[in-house]
Amino acid sequence: MSWNDLIQSVIFLGVLLLLVKPLGTYMARVYEGKPAGLNVWLGPLENGIYRLSGAHPEQEMSWKTYTAAVMLFNIIGLIVVYGLQRFQAHLPLNPMSMPAVSPDLSFNTAVSFATNTNWQSYGGETTLSYLTQMLGLTVQNFVSAATGMAVLIAFIRGFIRKQAGTIGNFWVDLVRSTLYILIPLSLILALLLVSQGVVQTFKPSAKTALLQTTKDADGKPVTEQVLALGPAASQIAIKQLGTNGGGFFNVNSAHPFENPTPLSNFLEVISILAISAALCYTFGYMVRDKRQGWALLAAMLIIFIPCLWICVHFEQIGNPAFDHLGIDQKAAAFQPGGNMEGKEARFGIANSAIWATATTAASNGSVNSMHDSYMPLGGLIPMWLMQLGEVIFGGVGSGLYGMLAFVIVAVFIAGLMIGRTPEYLGKKIESYEMKMAALILLIPHMCVLIGTALAVVLPKAKAAIFNPGIHGFSEVLYAFSSAGNNNGSAFAGLGTNTFFYNIALGLAMFFSRYWLVIPTLAIAGSLCRKKIVPASQGTLPTHTPLFIVFLVMVVLIVGALTFFPALALGPIVEHLMLHAGQ
Amino acid sequence: MIKEQIKPAILIFLVLTVITGIIYPIFVTGISKALFPKEVGGSLIYRDGKAVGSSLIGQPFDDPKYLWGRISATSPAQYNASSSSGSNIGPSNPALIDEVKGRIKALQAADPGNKAPIPVDLVTSSASGLDPHISLAAAYYQVSRISKHRGIAESAVKDIIHKNTTGRFLGLIGEPVVNVLKVNLDLDSYKK
Repeated sequence: MSWNDLIQSVIFLGVLLLLVKPLGTYMARVYEGKPAGLNVWLGPLENGIYRLSGAHPEQEMSWKTYTAAVMLFNIIGLIVVYGLQRFQAHLPLNPMSMPAVSPDLSFNTAVSFATNTNWQSYGGETTLSYLTQMLGLTVQNFVSAATGMAVLIAFIRGFIRKQAGTIGNFWVDLVRSTLYILIPLSLILALLLVSQGVVQTFKPSAKTALLQTTKDADGKPVTEQVLALGPAASQIAIKQLGTNGGGFFNVNSAHPFENPTPLSNFLEVISILAISAALCYTFGYMVRDKRQGWALLAAMLIIFIPCLWICVHFEQIGNPAFDHLGIDQKAAAFQPGGNMEGKEARFGIANSAIWATATTAASNGSVNSMHDSYMPLGGLIPMWLMQLGEVIFGGVGSGLYGMLAFVIVAVFIAGLMIGRTPEYLGKKIESYEMKMAALILLIPHMCVLIGTALAVVLPKAKAAIFNPGIHGFSEVLYAFSSAGNNNGSAFAGLGTNTFFYNIALGLAMFFSRYWLVIPTLAIAGSLCRKKIVPASQGTLPTHTPLFIVFLVMVVLIVGALTFFPALALGPIVEHLMLHAGQ
Repeated sequence: MIKEQIKPAILIFLVLTVITGIIYPIFVTGISKALFPKEVGGSLIYRDGKAVGSSLIGQPFDDPKYLWGRISATSPAQYNASSSSGSNIGPSNPALIDEVKGRIKALQAADPGNKAPIPVDLVTSSASGLDPHISLAAAYYQVSRISKHRGIAESAVKDIIHKNTTGRFLGLIGEPVVNVLKVNLDLDSYKK
């Protein structure tokens, strides 16, 4: 790691941590219904929405009603995004005359955006109309993020409430997340991004002359350049803040119109982690023990920082296959050096690797460099961070409720080791909670491993592999790790716009989102009915360094044991062969 | 239980669609257009009233008298700004070595005397296929060639490169880069 890499990493983490307390406090106040600064303007709008829609904000929901509301709302979203794609040719705001999207691709994209995954089987500027992007994708960017945050808040209420039958009102949590948190932050970020050069227009593509004419693949001369444009900034702002990650353009945040400068890059990569990190503080605030929130954030950082270091390190070393070709790969004052294949010059190694680590630690999945072209171990890090279950920051809301499932497992194991009834925040953890937590941990693993196994056996699925040899297996493993944990980034060489991948990855995304939401809310329902046991001498404290390290170990052991064999067959073998000169 | 939620589910979905899918992007577009009229439409560069490119999107160059940029993996032609794409070639893929060797050959054919090690960003594909920049090292590597083919002093070429170089943000964030298209526009309009 060069000095430049180190300084940029430290600035990134420093600014991120500075945001945790103010943003976390603000969100806690929003969810607790306390004045938070924007109520004067947004309060009437919020109440208007409830009146107009016939939702009764004061009516509390049982966990089953809450789950039903979540599922209903998400299914409506799925159907609308599917329909918009199928009929976009007949709808307005389609200046580039995009035809209808195929059924399997429409299904994949609809699930992808409803589940907050934003896997891109489609190419933005070549497939979707502006209307589909706005009414379909931008809307889902907001509401899928708000859904995750709502479920988290309901889950937290399970710890706060004593002998209660209800966990809150989904409509209130959903509307508040969108109105008070996601929209104001997105507005600010979108305008900052436009100031850097991110495009925001409803006009069709622009045309300019080429300074030097070139030839296309058939040898025909090309004399002009067609610049794809669109209302990008408004979508990019929410795609980063809401850990969505689906790009306006095909190459996502590597595209100069999505991410033109080092400053735009910095703002975007901070936004990727900001809400997920701050929600740890929100959690501590709401359970009236801020140490608990800081403890979870510390556990996340203990895993995140070494991963960041490893990723930067291997990308900065560069490709040993270039050693004898007379190429200068060393970092110096005038060049970033390192593995620059699939990276942008303005981001170099540091900003590409920081992004790759952040976007996969969070379940964001937007990319500013092509992960498929990373060095084997540089690319292992993003893959493994997803396989850990997207709990190192994770998706907005979903990351923290995933981490809390790990906490439940950790206190249970600790309870077995010291022979006491496991409890967390005064709530007894019993077999029902453990069963549900185990489901939350195992379902994504199942989606990843079964999906990968199927794909490497079926000939049609194998045909989609782009890179030869071992790296091809990594492409498939990465795809299912991404879909099966709702991340959305890709080893993009894999040609996934085929019937098999659209359906298989679509199902993986669906199960790993909704099959986790249901047991999460079930735990919330069970916990909120329990008494709060006052802490005694026999209580295991859950904010101490000892417990933090214990939690980290549980996360790492579950993730490592499940995926080490697959990783050994993929990136690890590739690394060894590359350095052996084969 | 579920029935009561159907009406609010549909209506809240509609209201949020209007707010986040229509009002929000139109509002952002309106303010952006007023505050940043050049940026919203793609930061186009005009010469004599004609759009000659965007300062954010690269163009293909392989004429020895021009500064060359990154390799572009877009199709059917390089730097196709309506279909962005990276190469996605993995680190152990033989195609990567072929690509790199091909670029080295082209660079050496254009400048046979130059034996300096080639900066890595000049022989690899960018992520977007539209990268408008190269590193300073990659620009310096090409100074002698451009100077020879244009018959202008190396110092003049370097001046133009420096004029079109952006440093790190606050001296700390990002990498210093040279805008290839802007350098070439300035080279063309340079008077000896």
